[in-house]
Amino acid sequence: MMNSLFSLPLPFLVLSFITILCALYVVTSKNPVHSVLALILAFFSISAHYVLLNAQFLAIVNLMVYAGAIMVLFLFVLMLLNLNKDSEPVKSKIWGIAATISAGMLLLVITAAFQKSGVAIYKGSADDIGLVKNLGRVLMTDYLVPFELSGILFVSAMVGAVLLGKRESNSESLLDKGNS
Amino acid sequence: MQLLNIFKSLDISHYIYLSTVLFSIGMFGVLFRRNAIVLLMCIELMLNAVNLLMVAFSEYMGDAQANGQMFVFFIMVVAAAEAAVGLAIIVMVYRNTRKTDVSFLDSLKD
Repeated sequence: MMNSLFSLPLPFLVLSFITILCALYVVTSKNPVHSVLALILAFFSISAHYVLLNAQFLAIVNLMVYAGAIMVLFLFVLMLLNLNKDSEPVKSKIWGIAATISAGMLLLVITAAFQKSGVAIYKGSADDIGLVKNLGRVLMTDYLVPFELSGILFVSAMVGAVLLGKRESNSESLLDKGNS
Repeated sequence: MQLLNIFKSLDISHYIYLSTVLFSIGMFGVLFRRNAIVLLMCIELMLNAVNLLMVAFSEYMGDAQANGQMFVFFIMVVAAAEAAVGLAIIVMVYRNTRKTDVSFLDSLKD
């Protein structure tokens, strides 16, 4: 097993190790800001995987949307709520053991299910499949309705986020009453 | 092409294992952590594991129409909307309870 693992191509191995290490750090680090930074690194390595897999436009979109926009949003919320310190109470050991066992069982079951499945031969797609020219043509012809629907989804999500995040005029007084 | 040499010794099962490990790590985080923001980040990690698997399958199956990559595109759209709404909810919860700890949000229980 180890022998076959190290016979894999070096780019795949290095990127996979970086991805998995960063993902583990996201989950285990006590400081949420460190989690965000590790997650950004994991997204960078996943983008590199996309480039390896002939999906260049998706790699750039992944960097811009995930590592750029969403993670900055997370960082802003962390800073705004002043949570950038080790404020999280530690769960009891039982919880850790139970979570480890559950996640390990999930991993075991899925990999066991894939053991018996046949291995597909690499067919490979055209070289320019992941470029914006091709993807844009597919998006505007075959996937036009989902594209418009995702626009509607974005508008409703934006309205919902603004509505949820808006400070109501009497909520502050309610909170003060509850505290005193 | 240079990249094709890589895939001679690399088959789809390696990508399946990699994304399964990533998904399981995200699952472990969702079960283990209590900070709601870290929970959202673990969900993003799980979504990315699925995205990676879809791109890998799209490449290995010789997907001429780039259907797999389109699906990844739409998953990214949904993930962005989900993160925005989820963070707004977390900010609202923090404003009302001064905590982002999910184990305190059990007032429906009693």
